[in-house]
Amino acid sequence: MPPKAAPERVNDFVIKIGTVNGTGSASANGLLMKAVFRSGVPVVGKNYFPSNIQGAPTWYEIRVTRAGYRARAGQVDIMVALNPESYARDLQEVVSGGYFVYDCTWPRPALLRRDDVTVLGVPLARLCNENFQGVRTRILMKNICYAGVLAALCDLDLDVIRGLLAETYAKKPQLVESNMKAIQLGYDYARKAFDCPLPLRVAKLDATKGHIIIDGNTAAGLGCVYAGATVGAWYPITPSTSLMDAYKSFAERLRATPDGRKNYVMIQAEDELASIGMVIGANWNGARAFTATSGPGISLMQEFLGLGYYTETPAVVFDVQRVGPSTGMPTRTQQSDLRSAAYASHGDTRHVCLYPANPEECFYFAATAFDLADRLQTPVLVLSDLDIGMNDWMCPDLKWDENYQPDRGKLLDAEQLSKIDKFWRYYDHDDDGIPQRTLPGVSAKGAWFARGSGHTQYGAYTEDSRDYQIVLDRLRKKWITASRLVPKAIIENSAPIEGEGNGTNELAIVTVGSGDAPVREAIDRLRAQGVAVDYMRVRGFPFGEEVETFLNAHKTSFIVEQNRDAQLRALLLLETGVEKGRMRSILHYNGMPLAAAYVVDGVMAAVQDRARPAAQLVR
Amino acid sequence: MTFMAKPKVAHPELPRNALGLTRRDYEGSNSTLCAGCGHDSITASIVEACWANALQPQNLVKLSGIGCSSKTTAYFVSGAHGFNSVHGRMPSVATGANAANRKLHYIGVSGDGDTLSIGLGQFIHAIRRNLNMVYIIENNGVYGLTKGQFSASADVGTKAKKGEVNSQPPIDPVQLALTLGASFVARSFSGDKAQLVPLIQAAMHHQGFALIDVLSPCVTFNDHEGSTRSYAYSREHYHEAVHTDFVAPAGQISVSYAAGEALPVTLHDGSCVMLRKVDASFDATNRGTALARIRERLRDNEYLTGLLHVSDSQAEFHDLNRTPDEALNQIPYAQLNPGSAALAKVLARFR
Repeated sequence: MPPKAAPERVNDFVIKIGTVNGTGSASANGLLMKAVFRSGVPVVGKNYFPSNIQGAPTWYEIRVTRAGYRARAGQVDIMVALNPESYARDLQEVVSGGYFVYDCTWPRPALLRRDDVTVLGVPLARLCNENFQGVRTRILMKNICYAGVLAALCDLDLDVIRGLLAETYAKKPQLVESNMKAIQLGYDYARKAFDCPLPLRVAKLDATKGHIIIDGNTAAGLGCVYAGATVGAWYPITPSTSLMDAYKSFAERLRATPDGRKNYVMIQAEDELASIGMVIGANWNGARAFTATSGPGISLMQEFLGLGYYTETPAVVFDVQRVGPSTGMPTRTQQSDLRSAAYASHGDTRHVCLYPANPEECFYFAATAFDLADRLQTPVLVLSDLDIGMNDWMCPDLKWDENYQPDRGKLLDAEQLSKIDKFWRYYDHDDDGIPQRTLPGVSAKGAWFARGSGHTQYGAYTEDSRDYQIVLDRLRKKWITASRLVPKAIIENSAPIEGEGNGTNELAIVTVGSGDAPVREAIDRLRAQGVAVDYMRVRGFPFGEEVETFLNAHKTSFIVEQNRDAQLRALLLLETGVEKGRMRSILHYNGMPLAAAYVVDGVMAAVQDRARPAAQLVR
Repeated sequence: MTFMAKPKVAHPELPRNALGLTRRDYEGSNSTLCAGCGHDSITASIVEACWANALQPQNLVKLSGIGCSSKTTAYFVSGAHGFNSVHGRMPSVATGANAANRKLHYIGVSGDGDTLSIGLGQFIHAIRRNLNMVYIIENNGVYGLTKGQFSASADVGTKAKKGEVNSQPPIDPVQLALTLGASFVARSFSGDKAQLVPLIQAAMHHQGFALIDVLSPCVTFNDHEGSTRSYAYSREHYHEAVHTDFVAPAGQISVSYAAGEALPVTLHDGSCVMLRKVDASFDATNRGTALARIRERLRDNEYLTGLLHVSDSQAEFHDLNRTPDEALNQIPYAQLNPGSAALAKVLARFR
């Protein structure tokens, strides 16, 4: 008996494609996602890939979302399974009433049996073997061929696809024809064999104008070019490497001088200890320098980050977080370094952190990070994650303010130095905890000696208790100044449900970084279920006053984050006076991007069971 | 102590260099090292070399790691910026600083612990990048600040102050640098200022990584009977292979050399090092034979000293990276900012 036909869901469904990594499926997946985007329909692209070069299962998920949600959906409606190794689990993942497309050149009727899922077999390998020559070409064309099948099933416009191929292969027009041939093979087969389109289909909209599709690492790399960074030092580590690759490729194009020189330098360091040392050395000497890394790199950089804090040297570090502890799962996402980044290094060390939530913030926060690092004379860590950094996000067009000028902070030039009697490196002239700074090569009068050992406010070595403490206390004052300069938390209060409460909401959700997209979607769903919650997303550390005020204004705040140990909640407990019972954790840390349903379930469980003692709900 | 200001008393007749500065203008704060420490003699040689080179004090950048030797950057050229960084990581700070501004002179002072143990990785990678800097190792074979442990440069059979005998073979920075392709490699002895000063002068003019390994006895922990790094032992086993005279750009070669006695090597900026052979069988311009000769003498427990290898044709860090002649940190933002129109073009790729 065939499964019951799914109700029509136009522009609101999920396609997941399972392939073998290293077979070139990325271009077909990108083509499909872009085809939806070019049809004017908002889309989300998530790549679930193994820490492997070739031969392991890999998936790409395309969420077609009329509403413009930016998170993972958390369910699969159409599975395209091209990897026999993962057939069984791929079939299990399909939602009841969904579809399972596979290569039936080798039929698997016994294995692929689920009464509530429609299995669609397409002989992809046979079609490609009959129509293309050469092993590699046949493998590549099999990918393009399934894109043709999906175009037929989901009613994608072939002209849009042709247009995309023409742009991709502008320099190799013969490839446009061979790719279109593969598309057409899949498309025609599906139209003939199945009832096309499926109820899950794309219908053109006009909701993607003024938007781009970009990943956070690319956006951050571009942001560093615009922020005026001239030195990039790094040691390759997943998932941050593509940030440096992006900086390099944009700088090559946008920073070349007429005589073929480069107005930047990229240094592939011998390890992360060296890359952060180079960043600190370059910033100390007046260049805007940065690095990109992930958790293990942050661990290795701790000593230098402490030196940067205590010598008051600017530095910018992008931490594209991945799953820990230790090597963890390098190609899976987590918010694993919130705590280790905030207090990286021994002693009373603390660091300014920025928490972008999406690629556009990765772009804009690059300049913010350099400005803060220069203004506050301290390392600034930008905590992105694999979900933001390596997945494809629809973003509003990036804009650049022509009036932007880098804030280099209290940097004295030769003329300013000539007007003062004596230069004291660590003296608090302005009562904001931020001292004055000079660069090498400017004037002997401004010369000072940077040291990680105890020093006085005048910059001299000391082992004197009082002199040491004066500097440490000023650093604390600078920290308070920092709390006023970092980006403010985003706060959005919802209208209370009519008849509930006394005009304000008792419940709130607080999140950070990539928690933004799923939480926003969850808030919509909760409202549909009759629960109104207010929203706050923290964007900077140290927390501004508004963070504590918001938490104290709500009876219960659900702290949604992607790690086991409630690291954001721990920071909020340590750094604000908010009482413990007001903050309840909703924790997700399996390595997959967070989906709204998980947040909704967490909140509803608490709402429906208010009688349960709070302690049980707090982890 | 370093926080004590040194009294500045300038005698009116002190000799002045081309900038009109006296040697006193190249001094730093008072040394806190033990009386008689070899490192203080090296500091004095650095002061002398900077004065003789007529270097603008603010155009020098001093870098160091952690240890007795690394403290010494505070003891010379107080008009220069200094960065006393973390243990063994000075080369990375130097790399970043040099990347930011190629116009300044970079001098790194390190020790055998700082360079050959904790910092070995960064040391060899700085050589590999041919970073334009002078790198001085104040090599005493011992950890002084932590009270006398052997370092990685301690010789087999050398005896510690408390009697322990070292059995592990030493890492020789000179041989290491030669095999890695370093373009300027020298060894000297802290007690031989006549040899060391021109070496430092030449190293500062060399375009690329210039290593000077300076045997520098530790009077407190490694100057006893049985130590192979004591003053007495060093003087006895120290063998000058080649004597270097440094001639500044456009300077007159005032010393006269008999034909065949001296080999002039011209550096990129027109300055010149005159290599006077003391050991007739030694050729400092040939990496392979220099290395062989150093090894041969080491087998007899002899340290060959002088400018052991120089080649001025290797591209340094900035040339390899094709950066502009001006310093990266001096390029105005207007030239670094691609502008909003360029951004709009970039975005076309993402639609």
